[in-house]
Amino acid sequence: MNPLLKLFKKFEPSKDNKLAHTAYDAFFTFAFAPNETTHGGTHIKDGMDLKRLMVHVVIGLQLCYLFGTWNIGHQHFLALGEHTGLLDAMHLKIFYGLMKLLPLFIVSNVIGLGIEFWYAAKRGHSVEEGYLVTGALIPLIMPPDLPLWILAVAIAFAVIIGKEAFGGTGMNIWNIALLTRVFIFFAYPTTISGDEVWISGIEKIDASYFGTEYGFMYGLADGLFGLLGLSTFGAGGAPVIDAYTGATPLALAYQGGWEAVTAQYSVGDMIWGTIPGSIGETSKVFVVLGMIFLMVTRVADWRIIVSLILGAATMGMILNAWGATPFMDVPWYHHFTIGSLLFAAAFMATDPVTASATGTGKWVYGFMIGMLGIIIRVMNPAYPEGWMLAILFMNMFAPLIDHYVLEANVSRRARRAAAKA
Amino acid sequence: MVFNIHIRMKNLHIKLSFLFISLCVANSAMAQGGLMEGSQWLTLVLLGAAAFIAFFFIVQVADNFLAIEAKSSGIDTEKNNFSVFPRMGELFGPSVPDYTEGSKVKVLRQGHDIILAGAASGSVKDANVRTFAVQPKNFIGMSPIPKVVVEVGDNVKAGEVLFYDKKKPDIKYVSPVSGEVAEIKRAEKRSIAEIIIIADQKNEYVKLSEFNLLHGTREELVDYLLATGGWSLIRQRPYDIVADPTITPRDIFISTFDTAPLAPDSNVVVAGRGAAFQRGIDVLNRLTSGKVYLGLNGGAKDAPSSIFTNATNAEKVYFKGKHPAGNVGVQIHHTAAINAGDTVWTLGVQEVITLGAIFTEERFNAERVVAIAGAELHEPRYVRTYAGANMGELVKDNLSNDHIRLVSGDVLSGKTKESNQFLNYYDDQVTVLAEGDEYEMFGWLLPLKARPSVSRTFPNFLFPDQEFEVDTNTHGEKRAFVMSSDYERVMPMDVHVQPLMKSILVNDLERMEGLGLYELSEEDVALCEFVCTSKMPLQKILREGLNTMREQG
Repeated sequence: MNPLLKLFKKFEPSKDNKLAHTAYDAFFTFAFAPNETTHGGTHIKDGMDLKRLMVHVVIGLQLCYLFGTWNIGHQHFLALGEHTGLLDAMHLKIFYGLMKLLPLFIVSNVIGLGIEFWYAAKRGHSVEEGYLVTGALIPLIMPPDLPLWILAVAIAFAVIIGKEAFGGTGMNIWNIALLTRVFIFFAYPTTISGDEVWISGIEKIDASYFGTEYGFMYGLADGLFGLLGLSTFGAGGAPVIDAYTGATPLALAYQGGWEAVTAQYSVGDMIWGTIPGSIGETSKVFVVLGMIFLMVTRVADWRIIVSLILGAATMGMILNAWGATPFMDVPWYHHFTIGSLLFAAAFMATDPVTASATGTGKWVYGFMIGMLGIIIRVMNPAYPEGWMLAILFMNMFAPLIDHYVLEANVSRRARRAAAKA
Repeated sequence: MVFNIHIRMKNLHIKLSFLFISLCVANSAMAQGGLMEGSQWLTLVLLGAAAFIAFFFIVQVADNFLAIEAKSSGIDTEKNNFSVFPRMGELFGPSVPDYTEGSKVKVLRQGHDIILAGAASGSVKDANVRTFAVQPKNFIGMSPIPKVVVEVGDNVKAGEVLFYDKKKPDIKYVSPVSGEVAEIKRAEKRSIAEIIIIADQKNEYVKLSEFNLLHGTREELVDYLLATGGWSLIRQRPYDIVADPTITPRDIFISTFDTAPLAPDSNVVVAGRGAAFQRGIDVLNRLTSGKVYLGLNGGAKDAPSSIFTNATNAEKVYFKGKHPAGNVGVQIHHTAAINAGDTVWTLGVQEVITLGAIFTEERFNAERVVAIAGAELHEPRYVRTYAGANMGELVKDNLSNDHIRLVSGDVLSGKTKESNQFLNYYDDQVTVLAEGDEYEMFGWLLPLKARPSVSRTFPNFLFPDQEFEVDTNTHGEKRAFVMSSDYERVMPMDVHVQPLMKSILVNDLERMEGLGLYELSEEDVALCEFVCTSKMPLQKILREGLNTMREQG
């Protein structure tokens, strides 16, 4: 027997302590594929299981994580007017990004998984892996400065009301990550909308690091960087320039159309993602790489992604033809370079639980999300991005779409029988 | 018509090269114009496009005349494309082998072949098996305690009645071999599990009276088959039960190839038994009001055995596709699907042979060619034995280790057997595979050993011919249904598996019927169960649904 396995087995808590045993079981099956054999049905099983499926989504997100970490720092220093070059002070930008992203990630997983473990123990089944993806997605769709307690409350809401109340993984109607975001959006709108929230530390007047949260960490890092002869956080940067708003391309497009966007950001900036926004969605290049990874491995259904893009393009063209507001005049193909359309298509709409389950249904579902998302993005004055609401809305209609697809199957069969008779 | 023969360019590449040359001509014509001032390029391109469209139009009109001519002389068929342009199907469609020429070919795109190491090969050898059994539980729907008419110690001949179901006393179940009844083994609640016979190896048969197929009526034929034991060879869909003698089936279906992992090659099985097979088909033709359909393999490099391709009295349909294209349920779906209220019968190749032998040899000859397969064997092979042979004796002296599982049938829908148990009545395959009761560190993420999978998260799809050595590990635990269209990729039927399973779980009878429960048997969803990410027991759920419907009548 593997010595590591022995070690693991030594710590197995008794089955009476349900919560501890469920948690142990979750970690144990993570480390070791169980020794269970088949009985009753097929004698061999495909190597694929839910863990593997979920982890591949997380792998697809890794580039977004890397880029997001750096971009938090980059946007921060850009606003301060320090280290404005892309490659300047990489260590500071990444350290700063980690200081923002890690707490979000930890809170997301501790709260979410904690609730999952507790419910699994209560219901007496093993922990389902659905939250692996949710916990990785949530930090990426948040603004970097989001207060952690708000995140915790939102996740508790989404997981308990949105998922466990419906029966757990596989039973939920709405995408949990988006439900978390929509909760924050309606309960604490100032933390997740407007021009100020997308750049970390933008409200700071004197930009001092040591008085803020985890100030001592900056001190430690400064000590280390100083020893290595690198630039340090120091006492702080210059005050934020007054005119610096941190408006996202979407906000600009709403105010002044495509000219206003290109006045501040180049198309290259937007495609590579060196712009303010939610942590993980800004870089279109890395999102598309993740999207391709998911499509090639067939973890995500390509039909949803393709139909969503087609839907968005169609609606974009219709609005171009209409052209009543400056935003409507934004060329339809540039809807893909601004905002989080591609991120939503790759990682949010394709959630197999909340998406349509039938082949035809997936085309309809994706296409409708594409159209609705653009409508909300362009025509809604309150909030210039539409994917969260569009996907949640279509999540709700996915069972209805499937119902009609299945009804068609049933009536096809009935017609066949009638033709024979 | 001479003209037509010249134009009949069947080969796609000739057509394509013709089109290519036409395009090149058109291009060079445009290039000539390109010598003019560069600023006029737009006009030139437009002119070129107009010229091309005109050219295309002329060809198209001529092409249509050709097609009309072909139609009026009645020589345009599915196979012969007289048009200059290749059809969409020819460009993007699958190619079918030449030997299917002139027959119906159904191409199934969904499915997956699980290629395992240890396929049976070589010539068929006689197996040294002495113990046989007939297992009442093999016949779905039989009452748990059938009426056994023999006692322990009795000597029986092959073809002598052993037992019958008290609910359907007409259908007799007979002994496959001659010998002594050694034991009547009972299982839970005194139900009868096995009637074990030790063969005396003299092969004495009950002499059957001659039956004249030409003059006997259908009723007489049915009675004859019921009495001789031949009836138990015929199965009925929906439900996959022994056929009901009071029903005249709509059609009868026979699949002549098995695409399941390590399944025996029917061409080996049927070799030398052509007369009995053909007679079996003739007999079945008398039993149905419709047709006898023969499903042939259109996916192999070589044509199926001439016994299958030359069979008369049957409608032949070729199927090209991966597993489960060889399943009779899939073939029924694509030839004449089962509607609510329909009844069809199905038989395997070896059952047809036994049925035919009742007439050609006038005895109940339950001889079976069995594939003994699996990577855990020294020598996978074909053996000749009789229905219900002992598992342990079949694999004796052939096992490479003892940490194995014996399966009667294939790895997807077969049943686990101990070495003192017996091959199931309708099975002609023994699979031996390793037990996988071991922990594997990070096995779900980084497996140590290649394993079959339809998922592209494994590099398997890059090596389609890879043979796998498998074990019985579940590779994951049961979870809630979380599917990203895995079922539909391996399900070549217009059936939504996941909603159907959910309707069975909630016992919604109308929905089950509407979503096509009647068209399925366990083996048809076995591949879905194999690929299931959430490790759902689909075959078990399906059988529960079928049982519910059967009890409802």
